[in-house]
Amino acid sequence: MLNLLDQWFPNVMSRLPEFFDSFVQTIIMVVVAGLISFVLAVILGVAVTVTKPGGLHPNRGVFNVIDKLINLFRSIPFIILAASLVPVTRFVMGTAIGTKGALFPLVVGITPFFARQIQSALAGVDSGLIEAAQAMGMGLPEIIWRVYLREAIPSIVRVSVITLVSLIDMTAVVGVVGGGGLGDFAIRYGYQRYMMDVTIATIIVLVLLVGLVELIGRLLVEITEH
Amino acid sequence: MSSVITIRNLTKKYSSDEGEKIALSDIDLDVDKGDIYGIIGLSGAGKSTLVRCINGLEHYDGGTLAVNGKEIADLRSKELRALRSDVGMIFQSFNLMPSRTVAANVELAFRGKVDAKTRKDRVSELLELVGLTEKAEAYPGELSGGQQQRVAIARALVNKPGILLSDEATSALDPTTTKSILALLRNLHDTLGLTIVVITHQMSVIKEICNKVAVIDHGTIVEKGNVFDIFAAPKAALTKAFVATTSNLDKVHELLDDHSPLVEPKPGQVLLRMNYIAKEVSEALVSHISREFSIDVNIIFADIDIVENAPLGGLVVILKGDSKKINDALAYLKERNIGIEVIDRA
Repeated sequence: MLNLLDQWFPNVMSRLPEFFDSFVQTIIMVVVAGLISFVLAVILGVAVTVTKPGGLHPNRGVFNVIDKLINLFRSIPFIILAASLVPVTRFVMGTAIGTKGALFPLVVGITPFFARQIQSALAGVDSGLIEAAQAMGMGLPEIIWRVYLREAIPSIVRVSVITLVSLIDMTAVVGVVGGGGLGDFAIRYGYQRYMMDVTIATIIVLVLLVGLVELIGRLLVEITEH
Repeated sequence: MSSVITIRNLTKKYSSDEGEKIALSDIDLDVDKGDIYGIIGLSGAGKSTLVRCINGLEHYDGGTLAVNGKEIADLRSKELRALRSDVGMIFQSFNLMPSRTVAANVELAFRGKVDAKTRKDRVSELLELVGLTEKAEAYPGELSGGQQQRVAIARALVNKPGILLSDEATSALDPTTTKSILALLRNLHDTLGLTIVVITHQMSVIKEICNKVAVIDHGTIVEKGNVFDIFAAPKAALTKAFVATTSNLDKVHELLDDHSPLVEPKPGQVLLRMNYIAKEVSEALVSHISREFSIDVNIIFADIDIVENAPLGGLVVILKGDSKKINDALAYLKERNIGIEVIDRA
């Protein structure tokens, strides 16, 4: 088995510790950036849902600011966003390179997308449920927490999977601007030094990772849906 | 009788790009304690908007609307939420939370601090009341429509409201289930002293449980009153159309248009429609006129229902006999407060 791997992936096997480190970096970037952007996206998604015209607590000002900001950041290609954020990243994180430096652009890049996804998950909650909650005398925080978020859980899981997959994609891009991770590894060896086996090994690992995320997501949806 | 919901000159407008649309105009309504008040109208007539003004889910633009003496427009949001504990509501689409069990759905409606044991006891008491004790741990998706509506009713009663608003609660249900839900509502009205406002587009629902009815059309009330009086003598065209849906007596007109021999009076005969329009009718009228005036009474159609404990409806008959005797019989019926309509006389 090991012989076979040595034969097929010589450049990977000779750099196994580095390959493994890159994998860990990717996982750290996905998990940390994912968790931070999840919290932000839920806050933004709820804010947009509640303040939009006809929402539970319409507020044109708040709605327009968040809505436009989300659109603005979503329209910038991520690689350009990551590059242009370098000075800000250095100021916020203390460094603009490595896994630490990659987290900030990842969060800024994925949160607007995630927020839109959460917003659409919340929009899927039957307006009749909201009306029933109001008729029961629930206040705004209670409706958000006990109806909107609670009833949207299966959809939130679904959109989180989609977002995580996009995020894995983006971690490969931040590699280019010095972020480390599997993408960086594949570009440095596979692309720049023509080590095709490195590219292929990276693809296999990323495909397995995405598959795992989707499998866990599906299981979670099944558990949470009645 | 004290009025628990008092509505005066209520007006509501929707403004859109195309201009203003009047949703409700000049609504006057008094719902007394213990009433089962039906509000009937076609879709888009404004009845759902009206009922949503009662618990403040919709704002109104003019007029006054007081529930238990409190003007809804004057309430702060906290007071409004407190009021909603006393005004339960059920919906056409049931609106149960799909992610929660039946028991959890009912429990969700508790407002304020209530300890766990009280909650649990109250939930099982309510589920027993609506006959769903064994479904406590089921999810709404596993229940039939009728069962879901029963859960919704239990949920609406958690805070022991004095008023229940029912917005097309039976419109998504089959006729048998509709009957059982209406029977449950009537039972809750009788045992808990609930005041119920029933929104519907089905006159049969009004006939089944309401004691008062308001007919609403294009945002205005065209007719209102006691259910018996409205059914016995509808005035507005829309009301007549609604009443006709609950009776088969109007079929006679179809038969007449088709020149059916069934409704073709022969010489000396009278095709007659008799309407029960007063509550006191309880005697054996047909056999009485038949015996007393020696005429034959051939019943073509009959549609008699019991509304507010009095017979309501009527007969379409052909009277056969001596012309003078028939006139005497008609005079007698008029005297007995029977609505007489001679459809055809040969």
